[in-house]
Amino acid sequence: MVKFEYAPAPESTAVVDIAPSYGLFVDGAFVDPADGEPFKTVNPATEEVLCEVVAGGPADVDRAVQAARRAQDGVWSRLPGRERGKYLFRIARIMQERARELAVLETLDNGKPIRESRDVDVPLAAAHFFYHAGWADKLSYAGFGPDPKPYGVAGQVIPWNFPLLMLAWKVAPALACGNTVVLKPAETTPLTALLFAEICQQADLPPGVVNIVTGAGETGRALVEHDGVDKVAFTGSTEVGKAIARSVAGTRKRATLELGGKAANVVFEDAPIDQAVEGIVNGIFFNQGHVCCAGSRLLLQESVADEVLDSLKRRLGMLRVGDPLDKNTDVGAINSAAQLARIRELSDIGEAEGAQRWSPACELPDRGYWFPPTLFTGVSQAHRIAREEVFGPVLSVLTFRTPAEAVEKANNTPYGLSAGVWTEKGSRILWMADKLKAGVVWANTFNRFDPTSPFGGYKESGWGREGGRHGLEAYLHG
Amino acid sequence: MTSEPAGARSPALETVTSSVTASESALRRFLHGLPGVDQVGAEARAATLASRSVKADAKRQLIDLAISCIDLTTLEGADTPGKVRGLCAKGRRPEPDDSSCPQVAAICIYGDLVPVAVEELRGTGINVAAVATAFPSGRASLAVKLQDTRDAVAAGADEIDMVIDRGAFLSGRYGQVLDEVRQVKAACGPAHLKVILETGELATYDNVRRASWLAMLGGADFIKTSTGKISPAATLPVALVMLEAVRDFRAATGSQVGFKPAGGIRTAKDALKHFVLVHETCGDDWLDPAYYRLGASSLLNDLLLQRQRMATGRYAGRDYVTVD
Repeated sequence: MVKFEYAPAPESTAVVDIAPSYGLFVDGAFVDPADGEPFKTVNPATEEVLCEVVAGGPADVDRAVQAARRAQDGVWSRLPGRERGKYLFRIARIMQERARELAVLETLDNGKPIRESRDVDVPLAAAHFFYHAGWADKLSYAGFGPDPKPYGVAGQVIPWNFPLLMLAWKVAPALACGNTVVLKPAETTPLTALLFAEICQQADLPPGVVNIVTGAGETGRALVEHDGVDKVAFTGSTEVGKAIARSVAGTRKRATLELGGKAANVVFEDAPIDQAVEGIVNGIFFNQGHVCCAGSRLLLQESVADEVLDSLKRRLGMLRVGDPLDKNTDVGAINSAAQLARIRELSDIGEAEGAQRWSPACELPDRGYWFPPTLFTGVSQAHRIAREEVFGPVLSVLTFRTPAEAVEKANNTPYGLSAGVWTEKGSRILWMADKLKAGVVWANTFNRFDPTSPFGGYKESGWGREGGRHGLEAYLHG
Repeated sequence: MTSEPAGARSPALETVTSSVTASESALRRFLHGLPGVDQVGAEARAATLASRSVKADAKRQLIDLAISCIDLTTLEGADTPGKVRGLCAKGRRPEPDDSSCPQVAAICIYGDLVPVAVEELRGTGINVAAVATAFPSGRASLAVKLQDTRDAVAAGADEIDMVIDRGAFLSGRYGQVLDEVRQVKAACGPAHLKVILETGELATYDNVRRASWLAMLGGADFIKTSTGKISPAATLPVALVMLEAVRDFRAATGSQVGFKPAGGIRTAKDALKHFVLVHETCGDDWLDPAYYRLGASSLLNDLLLQRQRMATGRYAGRDYVTVD
């Protein structure tokens, strides 16, 4: 018998070229900040400083919004849709050409496995640009009136879990519909957005159509509250989403919010068990569980609960946790020290509340932010780990006896972003999809995304939809 | 060189087997009660595992393992004693000027050529595997199939590769398939039995899972994907489903059945992907010629080319491996 060990297979970082410091991308050029302060961005897998970026101040935000306004009035809104589409196609193609660079940079800055940035984040981001490029000259047929108009300047604030992909979800539809944008990437993951700025230059995108102002919460607040912004689009925590909703209330600004989730992944006794186990793993351990639509509550029908749990534990034993740049890594680093502290805190609370904690034996690197794949059994709806979004590789396992009980438990949350149903019975899939209060219901799969499919939440998971025809509505009015 | 596969039947195995095969309807209920296989999910899982990167020492070790797991095969109407002798020589010394290169696990041939191979392989530890039971179609009477098996065993075959009756399986006559496997197993005597499902004709992964269990309940020492005469053959998702079956069968009965993908595995890269599947699906217990075989002919030379490259850092030309 052979002892099978994968040799290290690290992706080379030679393909990326990180400057020691970056300015802000305003009006088509990288500029020094007017009143912003520099801060450092680190590789969460090693805690090494990658480079210095700027936390844009109010004057920086103002300058970017003005540039976006000029571009909107002077150029972008005057271009026919087919011309806007050409720029979007060009951006999409450059993203594909520079896919490896984008993937490596994303993994360095975010900590996610290269397998995911290479196979999911970057191809999907390019797909969003391709998809929306196709819409640009067909908006009259999208169902929003014969001649729908852009809102104007969109202020967009995105999270750190899928930095480039969330950028694409925001920028592509805004541009296709004729808006210009000021985008603030997350504090801990600004680098792919800055590379995207370079791509905009390479694509000869008119100056001011895309502006990128890096920074943390204060910069985001300055952007969202700026008078010159017509439309606010935010993806992030429900807490910040509520603050944004309060700040835009009573103004002319439109807002779409894509917030938290606590998705139920429901496995029935007639499920394809092996694939359900894969789906559970993909649901909660994909991207270290830093996924707003993660399947963080596993609902198992009691008659198969033990069988599924045994399979799941065996499968978790095979997960490869470690160097995100290694092509064989399944679970990478937690994005920041703050997020790691939050995951630890909620996990400790789970244990204190009486749930049973289990993790496979796995060695974690000494440096960097790491948390082992973890599951809690004996969880009830009353436990905080079953109610609050952990946003980490932590799965709460609950059981149910009947389909009605599954629906009741699945819907018993302030969130409603996504849900999963595992059964070989087609009629039950349709019945469940009808009853579940969630923006996306996946059947016999989980965490699958496509630019043609609208994505968004019920209840505290947000307002509006992104992607598909429905997503255009966020950037158009009749 | 091969250790003994699945020894005496365990009590747990007897209990499971006797309860689920008590009647035609019990058997049907059992097979249809196995969890379904979601096609999209199984194919996605296989594709993810196929993207694993195997390098350096791991690759070197697995290439040698792959060579030692090969059932070096020729199954042509045009096969002659000379062809079989050549294949046997190749199997004994795949790399004529490198004695560190392992020999293959078995030579797989038609039954009438068994005496030639037995003669050539005496004392080498390489097994002689014969296809039997009206291979590849399986379209003959049970009496003919059993005689085919007995002839090969009598001629000295160490292993018998039988085909199931796909017609009977697809029309739901599971009891008949089970009975054939059992009778062929009995006719094998000391020879090990590999049961070929011919997954390319079974059409669905649900069928592949059911047929795998059926073969194992019938006493298979190995389950094997394909004859090599039908395409598709040993695809990665099919291998995944069959590996899940041998894994689950061991969990249920304590009895470890081997797995042999055959057909369409032509490159070292293909073979490595199959090993990744084994490692991540049922574990390293199966990474042994006693429980894992690769049915192949052209694969061996690609493995040798890769092996040379690992040693020298350069690719050698086709003329630096032997053709037999």
